[in-house]
Amino acid sequence: MRGFEQHLNEFHQRGVEVVAISVDSPAESRQLCQSRGYTFPFLSDPKADTIRQYGVLHADGSPDGKNIARPAEFLVDASGTIRWVNLTDDIRVRARPESVLAAIDRL
Amino acid sequence: MQRRRNILNWAGFAIVVVALVSYIPFFALFPATRDVPWANYLLFLIGGALLAGGLRRAFREPERYRGKISGSILTVLSVLLLAFFVVTVTYLTKQIPSAATALGVNQKAPPFALVDASGKQVSSAGLLNDHRGLVLVFYRGYW
Repeated sequence: MRGFEQHLNEFHQRGVEVVAISVDSPAESRQLCQSRGYTFPFLSDPKADTIRQYGVLHADGSPDGKNIARPAEFLVDASGTIRWVNLTDDIRVRARPESVLAAIDRL
Repeated sequence: MQRRRNILNWAGFAIVVVALVSYIPFFALFPATRDVPWANYLLFLIGGALLAGGLRRAFREPERYRGKISGSILTVLSVLLLAFFVVTVTYLTKQIPSAATALGVNQKAPPFALVDASGKQVSSAGLLNDHRGLVLVFYRGYW
């Protein structure tokens, strides 16, 4: 998230918006954005419907057994088609903004 | 003769503690030290080397240096901290479901309409009206 915020201008220059999605409530997202200074949209998917549709559900993944999202990044083009995907196998290791920008430049 | 405090043992242990606790607030912020936590392993190595030096002189020159018992305890603790770190970064953080079910390249992105942090409804269709692409970052959440 931090990396995407730092490179947000480069995404916007390319006409691309970064959108974060989790099961967190809007209040939790608001707190997160305020404390970390994130300025792109953080969307709340409390029942994990969208998360399930993208196939990135981590059933019972939170410590209290809630369904959550597994970490994943998708690049969607203007026609609504997925053009690039990053699916990590380690919650520590997330997509680097530079590789997403490179994928955008290849579109 | 007054035996000297064995500062190497304590310095070594302090560096081992730093090696463990510095990952999340510092090294994990930078992809270069996050993905492969080499900086933390390096700190563990430095701490271990100091501890080894301290233990060595405590046992070889017990008339000059203290720390046979404290150095041994600190070494055992350091090994446990290292083991905890290694298990966490090589096993625990990989306990997520397989990516086999995830949508792939060239598939249609399912449209969505979700509420943002300010309570406003945001739809993928609306976002794609204003932009030529979207990066969707799914994350575990902070609950």
